[in-house]
Amino acid sequence: MNNRNIVLLVGGIIFGFGLAWGGMAKPEIVLSFLQLKDYGLVLLMGSAVAITFVAVNIVPRFMEKPLLGGEFKPRTRVLSRNTILGAIVFGVGWGLSGQCPGSALSSLGVGNYPILIGMISMFVGAYVMGRYFG
Amino acid sequence: MFPLGIYPYIVGGLIIGISVSFSYILTGIHSTQSSLFSSTLSYFSKTPYFQRKTYLDSREWRLFFAAGVILGALVYTITVSPDGFWVSSVQWWRLVVGGFLVGFGTRLSSGCTSGHGISGIASLSTTSLYAVITFIAVGIVVAHLTQLLGVVP
Repeated sequence: MNNRNIVLLVGGIIFGFGLAWGGMAKPEIVLSFLQLKDYGLVLLMGSAVAITFVAVNIVPRFMEKPLLGGEFKPRTRVLSRNTILGAIVFGVGWGLSGQCPGSALSSLGVGNYPILIGMISMFVGAYVMGRYFG
Repeated sequence: MFPLGIYPYIVGGLIIGISVSFSYILTGIHSTQSSLFSSTLSYFSKTPYFQRKTYLDSREWRLFFAAGVILGALVYTITVSPDGFWVSSVQWWRLVVGGFLVGFGTRLSSGCTSGHGISGIASLSTTSLYAVITFIAVGIVVAHLTQLLGVVP
């Protein structure tokens, strides 16, 4: 196990802990945001973005490169038709079921075993996309 | 607006931000979620899409990261969670159909609530901003339509 994997394992533990603390392990809470009954998801996303903004935009001014090597590079993607088409398809699935990739993983951790069906479906959907539309 | 209060959301979001920052400052990696599907499929499929360098390079840490996310939620549940283990009442057919669309859509869009919503927005990517506005708007419409059809929760 190299250092990168250990860092990401620890990062994952913190991430999953935060998702569960913020209620995102429960599709019901995600749905209550999309039904406009509880705006908490916006607060969660905003707080996460605020901290990450500092790490991505401010920290690299004081550090030449990441502590374990590699390089600092903001996460950018080229806008294409697929960005928006994909976001529409994702939005339909999200609005129907209240699950997204990270929240589904954390949902497993809180004991919500039926979400395994959703995770398997996500893999099937990702496979169909990559195999026939990639 | 906030029937469950605002603190769980703010604390949860700050912890997630700390996690993403921790991984980024140590490795330069944006720890995002939905590429896990494509990178893991690279172990099983010869399809060129899955054999891209970006997936081959990241498939190992993405599995460690995913295992961590599950473990972290488990740790939360057995330590500070007020409700302990918990099972959702969202119907199986919604998980099946919704899951398929989430897997397909996030990969077509190259990002999800984490990749576009957190890392992308924090990187000031306008692409991610458009993606986030789109999936939130569509999600709101579809969640309302689902509710109108009498489907609960």
